[in-house]
Amino acid sequence: MMLAEPLATMVTVTLIVLSVAMLLTFVRLVLGPSLPDRVIALDIMATQAVGIIAVYDIATHEPIFLRVATVVALITFLGTVAFAHYVERRGSQWGPN
Amino acid sequence: MGPELNVWITSVLLGIGSLFMLLAAVGLLRLPDLFMRMQAATKSSTLGIACMLLAVAVHFGQLGITTLALLIIAFFFLTAPVATHMVARAAYLVGVPLWQGTVMDDLRGCYDVETHALASRPLESPQHPETAASDESGASC
Repeated sequence: MMLAEPLATMVTVTLIVLSVAMLLTFVRLVLGPSLPDRVIALDIMATQAVGIIAVYDIATHEPIFLRVATVVALITFLGTVAFAHYVERRGSQWGPN
Repeated sequence: MGPELNVWITSVLLGIGSLFMLLAAVGLLRLPDLFMRMQAATKSSTLGIACMLLAVAVHFGQLGITTLALLIIAFFFLTAPVATHMVARAAYLVGVPLWQGTVMDDLRGCYDVETHALASRPLESPQHPETAASDESGASC
């Protein structure tokens, strides 16, 4: 199904902007400098993935992928909480690096 | 006849959402310490994802999809602060350094380094390996 005109352009623009945002977040994931920085970067990347799934829903007119977004959001929350738990348990040896 | 109203609403919501997602990424990359990055990234990305899922809800305009989109939005609004708070607490406890221009650290000396319990006023003995060295003034919490 073809999208109406302002929406078709906007979907393309949004996908490009989200890709750029994901790239910037990936730079932070690589740079660190601390472990919690990387955890937060991963968390934000998963949020951006949910955003891309939402835009892809609109682009393909296929709402079934929204279920995938739900699962991604759930798993990410569990992952972040687990990471926080282990960062706290490992103590200050993991601090700056 | 131009496009319908819901097409315009979807486009505007997508634009606002992607703008806030980009803002979150820029804040995550540019701000000087972990806690500022966290604050910039989590709040604006939550708002951005909410706008995008609302765009999906408006675009399809069906009850089931709208319910699912609102469910994901509610889930993000509930879990993002919790997850960020847990990471921030863990980061503060393991001694991730603050920005050197920070003027105030209300939590300094308030965490017990052994039990990770939070006291409402500073503990007597030195607590934190990172902050105890610079904590000569015996400041209040």
